[in-house]
Amino acid sequence: MQRVKPLDHLVLILGALFMGLPVIVALMSSTHSAVEIHSNGLYLTPGGDGGQTYEKVLTARGGFTGDVTGLLMLGNSLIMGLGFAVGKIVLSMTAAYALVYFRFRFATILFWAIFTTLLLPLEVRIMPSYQVMATLGLLNSYTGLIVPLLASATGTFFFRQFFKSVPDELLEAARIDGAGPWKFFIDVLVPLSKTMMAAIFIIMFIYGWNQYLWPLIMTTDESFYTLMRGIKSILQVWVGSQIPDYNEAFALAVLAMIPPVIVVVVFQRMFIKGLTESDK
Amino acid sequence: MATVTLSAVGKTYAGGVDAVRDVNVDIKDGEFVVLVGPSGCGKSTLLRMVAGLETVTHGEIRIGDRVVNTLDPADRDIAMVFQNYALYPHMSVRDNMAYGLKNRRTPKDEITRRVDEAARMLELAPYLDRKPRALSGGQRQRVAMGRAIVRQPSAFLFDEPLSNLDAKLRVSMRGEIRRLQKRLGTTSLYVTHDQLEAMTLADRLIVLRDGAVEQIGAPLDVYRRPASSFVAAFIGSPAMSLLDARVADGRVWVGEHAVAPATVPAGEVTLGLRAEDLRIAADGALPMRVDYVEELGAQRIIHGFVEGQQIAVTETGADSLPSDLRLAVDPGALHLFDVATGRRMDEAAAQPARELA
Repeated sequence: MQRVKPLDHLVLILGALFMGLPVIVALMSSTHSAVEIHSNGLYLTPGGDGGQTYEKVLTARGGFTGDVTGLLMLGNSLIMGLGFAVGKIVLSMTAAYALVYFRFRFATILFWAIFTTLLLPLEVRIMPSYQVMATLGLLNSYTGLIVPLLASATGTFFFRQFFKSVPDELLEAARIDGAGPWKFFIDVLVPLSKTMMAAIFIIMFIYGWNQYLWPLIMTTDESFYTLMRGIKSILQVWVGSQIPDYNEAFALAVLAMIPPVIVVVVFQRMFIKGLTESDK
Repeated sequence: MATVTLSAVGKTYAGGVDAVRDVNVDIKDGEFVVLVGPSGCGKSTLLRMVAGLETVTHGEIRIGDRVVNTLDPADRDIAMVFQNYALYPHMSVRDNMAYGLKNRRTPKDEITRRVDEAARMLELAPYLDRKPRALSGGQRQRVAMGRAIVRQPSAFLFDEPLSNLDAKLRVSMRGEIRRLQKRLGTTSLYVTHDQLEAMTLADRLIVLRDGAVEQIGAPLDVYRRPASSFVAAFIGSPAMSLLDARVADGRVWVGEHAVAPATVPAGEVTLGLRAEDLRIAADGALPMRVDYVEELGAQRIIHGFVEGQQIAVTETGADSLPSDLRLAVDPGALHLFDVATGRRMDEAAAQPARELA
């Protein structure tokens, strides 16, 4: 065993505090009332209004139409996160499969074309994308929220590299075993890619969960509100002498953190298991 | 069961590289044929053409009475064993073996029956529910063979199946493959670069060099009458010693030393001598300077130089050796090859070496 070095732990502890403290502050502050926060600043100790605040955040109807509850926003965010993760995995896996296993002209050029789009963030093409969706009549729909962002250079790249590392003999064995392109993909590549899928799922779920700009532009109907927009809109209420509902914003932020944490915890286990057990 | 016939088979890659040239072989039903040659000689390419994993650019391949040139690998009724096993890592041993049958819509109970039978034959029964990663190299290779056996194909194709195993396991697996093939009687084509593996397994050898057939024959015939200096040097261990020699006055000369009588026309020749055909004798014709000795237990190999040319001799003695020896050559044990073409210059001097004494 290696001797425990205090300095290593000091760095670790500092790091943990640095990352963890804001979360604790948010959690603790969310259990105090808005007035207390406004007058005393943030809290590191629990207060007495937690239950009430969370209940209100989850169930109270808000927004201009008065129909938006925390639960609805949570649901919308989940749909965004899952839709992104699943959609991107399916799309980038099939794209990478075609790039690696089908011999067609310009495959390499095509791949690099896809790859360079990594350099372009969503914001660059947000106007044309909006225009396309508007023309297709997909504003204010889940399809419009999710589909335009599905093409994923990152995912395609990862899966391409992974498929390239799968030995050719496996494909040849499958061909001799009478597996066509589709069966090979489903029976061999997909099960082998589990770990990659878990990794991409984590990344893409959080990417979808945290989307702010695109839903903001794409939807005007409040029933498509996501948590990210909810937090923002709570803090925007600076009308007259009204105090913003800090406590609710914090509560919402804490709620917004839970699903990604669950996803990471669940899939990380699978991810690590896959990493240690796989041998191609 | 089926014959495999290659007629004028060739492979030219885009860019004009001939990987395989004009191969003609008739593999009889149930025969075990080994393709052997140094790496890059086209033996794997040839096998993969039979398997359908490479396109055939010239000639015709028949399995049974069907021309299979353009058939998919799955429709050729062959099974292949790969060097790195190519097992599906996420499937259990049972599923690995059953996968090909499932894709052929074989009835379930028939699949179970065949897999169980193959597992019993290969002593894999206790491992059927394990994943390949939980198996040793030898067991994985047996699973790969099981996958081939359950298909009950017309022909087995082996692509260097033992190269990834350690030396000891290789020897025992070699025996196992041979036994299995005899028992099943399935026509087999086997690729290896290991001449010992080739010698021990084959009913017939095909020695390939630069994509062309150098010699086809039973292992012992190839060993005793190599068709070229290339085959002579490749088959057999230690390799046959090849000396620059000349024929004059009806004798073979190495330097100033007359080795034995010869009937081939006078001129430069390459003289091939098997290590076991040389004897150490005080009155021997060839002087040898000893370089180093390899002890093998039952015998030893003495490496040295005759007239500055490398030569190897095997003998069973254990005494320490002087640094200079004289070697006697059995006149019937000479192999003479044309210097320019490397082809065997036949006749008298090249009777099968050493009949059973």
